[in-house]
Amino acid sequence: MSSNNTRTANPARSNPARSNPARSNPARSNPARSNPALSNPARPLGAGRGWASALRTVRRLSLGFPLPFPTGAPNWPTSVPRPPKRSALGVDYETAWARRYPVRLARAAYTELVTRPVMAAVAQPSVVGTDRFEAVHGPVIFAANHASHLDAPLVLSVLPDRWRNKTVTLGAADYFFTSHLRALYFSFTTNAVPIERVRVSRRSAQQAASLIDQGWSLLIFPEGGRSPDGWAREHRGGAAWLAARSGRPVIPVYIKGTGRLLPRGSKRLYLGKTTVTFGTPIPPDVPARHLVARIEAAIAALADEASTDWWSARLRAARGETPSLMGPQASEWRRAWALGPSPKDRARRPPGERRWPPRP
Amino acid sequence: MPRPGFVLEVDRSTPPALIWHGEGFRLERLPAERSRIVYAPEPLAPLPDPDAAIRTALLNPLGDRPPLPQLLWPGMRLTIAFDDLSLPLPPMRRPDNRQRVIEAVLDLAAEAGVDDVVLIAALGLHRRMTEAELRHAIGDRVYDAFAPSGKLIQHDAEDPQGLVMLGQTDLGEDVEVNRRVAESDLLVYVNINLVAMDGGHKSTSTGLMSYKSVRHHHNVRTLQHSRSLMDRPHSELHSSAWRIGRLLNQHVKVFQIETTLNNDAFGSQLAFLQKREWEWGLRDRASFLAASRGLELLSPRARRSLFQSVLAPHQMTSVQAGEVEMVHEATIANLHRQQVVDVEGQSDVVIFGLPHIGPYNVGSIMNPLLVMCLGLGYFFNMYIGKPLVRPGGVVILSHPTPWAFHPVHHPSYIDFFEEVLASTTDPAEIEKTYEERFATDDWYRHLYRTSYAYHGVHPFYMWYWGAHALEHASSTVIVGGNRRAVRRMGFRPASSLADALEMAEDQVGRDPTITYFRCPPLMLARVE
Repeated sequence: MSSNNTRTANPARSNPARSNPARSNPARSNPARSNPALSNPARPLGAGRGWASALRTVRRLSLGFPLPFPTGAPNWPTSVPRPPKRSALGVDYETAWARRYPVRLARAAYTELVTRPVMAAVAQPSVVGTDRFEAVHGPVIFAANHASHLDAPLVLSVLPDRWRNKTVTLGAADYFFTSHLRALYFSFTTNAVPIERVRVSRRSAQQAASLIDQGWSLLIFPEGGRSPDGWAREHRGGAAWLAARSGRPVIPVYIKGTGRLLPRGSKRLYLGKTTVTFGTPIPPDVPARHLVARIEAAIAALADEASTDWWSARLRAARGETPSLMGPQASEWRRAWALGPSPKDRARRPPGERRWPPRP
Repeated sequence: MPRPGFVLEVDRSTPPALIWHGEGFRLERLPAERSRIVYAPEPLAPLPDPDAAIRTALLNPLGDRPPLPQLLWPGMRLTIAFDDLSLPLPPMRRPDNRQRVIEAVLDLAAEAGVDDVVLIAALGLHRRMTEAELRHAIGDRVYDAFAPSGKLIQHDAEDPQGLVMLGQTDLGEDVEVNRRVAESDLLVYVNINLVAMDGGHKSTSTGLMSYKSVRHHHNVRTLQHSRSLMDRPHSELHSSAWRIGRLLNQHVKVFQIETTLNNDAFGSQLAFLQKREWEWGLRDRASFLAASRGLELLSPRARRSLFQSVLAPHQMTSVQAGEVEMVHEATIANLHRQQVVDVEGQSDVVIFGLPHIGPYNVGSIMNPLLVMCLGLGYFFNMYIGKPLVRPGGVVILSHPTPWAFHPVHHPSYIDFFEEVLASTTDPAEIEKTYEERFATDDWYRHLYRTSYAYHGVHPFYMWYWGAHALEHASSTVIVGGNRRAVRRMGFRPASSLADALEMAEDQVGRDPTITYFRCPPLMLARVE
């Protein structure tokens, strides 16, 4: 906009739009959105006292839909491009609120009053090996196998007191954080933070790393999701990378039995017994790619231990004969067959028969 | 990444704009298709570690100055002068930049074994600072170390024993400076550059000199020929200050330390004041409504107390040290990085919403003269190139302009307003007829030296500050101001912005083009 510097009085404007007399009073220029407080610019919004002001407010609230600015939302000027909307869900979901003290307190109460009794009733967990990491101080990374949605609440419910309310669960951004309600629920109950599992995300990795720096332990499922067929999948590098970056140890965890109580795709919850076995802390003293293999082997050894006994499992591990968590490299039906009867067939399975790993 | 400032062309979809009105604000809808709003850039990211940056600057000075430790030795006389309470605005949250810098300098002085150190508040002709104000500016640690032994002093421009005449510039300008400064082996000047007018030689040639020197650059001629005050190469005021400062530098070794701030002036409760209206979320709108309603319920005095208690979350964006002129060039570049907004062309009318605070009413009342100075002196001069309003255009100010003066801080203002403005509003006439009498009045001098009063000549400078705008614009309208006070200053009162715009049409014709300069946050319009 530029003006003629020499013009001093009432020039005839060539632009017909400019001669619109309505424009001399800005409030009249847009009667549809006329706002009593704005129609008289001398009076600040809400000026006036007593009944008149109250009546004006009521009238404005009851009649003027959409509510005029500033009671209602402002218009976005047409000449200003709107910034792209940033999704507040998925990996961008902000979970800092769930780690504030009042929420932590509420979650601690929820864990004690709801999660633990429910898990005790549904999964009847036996907990083995918590003494193996008693001497560890500071944050750690719990790396567990993953077969069911019960895994995270189950592990959190059986963690020693020192860790129970100071552990964050890394949850799939594309599953647990797809709606506000879902994100709110998982953030609150399991202290979940979103992590990108379909691609490498610098943001979620950095966030997880900074949580360790802030003193939070992590519960991570290195398989990147629940087992689709009952057998474990190859581990991804997240847990190892975080351990290498933070210098904190990884505690392998083997969860046995949840896959039968609430397997992937099932809408029915079965009651049954589970075992959570914690392993010896693995220090991040080797490169991350070697650490991945060590974590995987440690969890497989724990699985062996949970199914047999510690000494037999140690002997097999020493001989390199620990059964693989990933099942036979065979066709789909043979892999399914190797698992034994499905949960639905429990009535036909002889009591005490083990499904996995196969007896050597 | 903070967004740069920009100019919004107002159309029918544009929401009402927030306009400051002293200790309050209004929402006003501007005429569509012929109005524009200049929005300030967003605050720059602060220095991640200001203390480390200060130390780096002291050890790597600009220009021909060696690192500060090399200028310090046992037995030397070191004087540290610092800007007074007129900077920054609003006062910043602790720690103030001055505290950080002075502590860093004193650390080096202590390492070098310098015993004779004096701190001087560079008041110029401003009022003395209270203990609380000094503590806020330089920190308790520094205050407690120097004030009890009399080593923290405030410059007195009327102390015959405390001033030394160093000589005259080529153009006959007297250079009379604080004696302690003249007799020092090194003067370290600690500055906060809030706007482009501050800093450089102006710091010393205004803050540490007497009326005899200051009058050479604070007068109607220099101010009418400063286009603008914020653009040093085109400012006659600065040319004079530079000549005086250079002469001072020939006698005293000056080590200048300048800092810049971002324009983050309001905390989270008042965040809506910094935001563009269409980006106001629910919280911003609720804050605005609550603030507007709450302020209505308060008395003017309570409102003033409330606003004066607001501390800005300003943060340091740069620090540079060394030779005065090199330092100032770098400072201005950093300041422009934060404040400059490009604006195309001038308009017929410019609107300034004046906030509750200016440089001369910190902890005080914004009296009518200060309203004039803030509107026509500071806001009008916030440009590079050309003013926002065309020659012969109209300036519209929005401020309550109460007929009220702080009797302790502004005694000479009262007489100026009652006596001088009652007879004439012409700056040149005022200067010729009245200035000397006020400047040499014994009572004003006494109050300046012993109380907390601005110098007797200070209200004249307020008037001169607007001399360029008075000459440039055809008239000034004040919206919502005290009618008698507004008329006393020769301006026209209007009860609403719509009325003011109609009154402006008498001067500039129908449907004038309008620029609303939405400041604060601080910015500087570069008008092509």
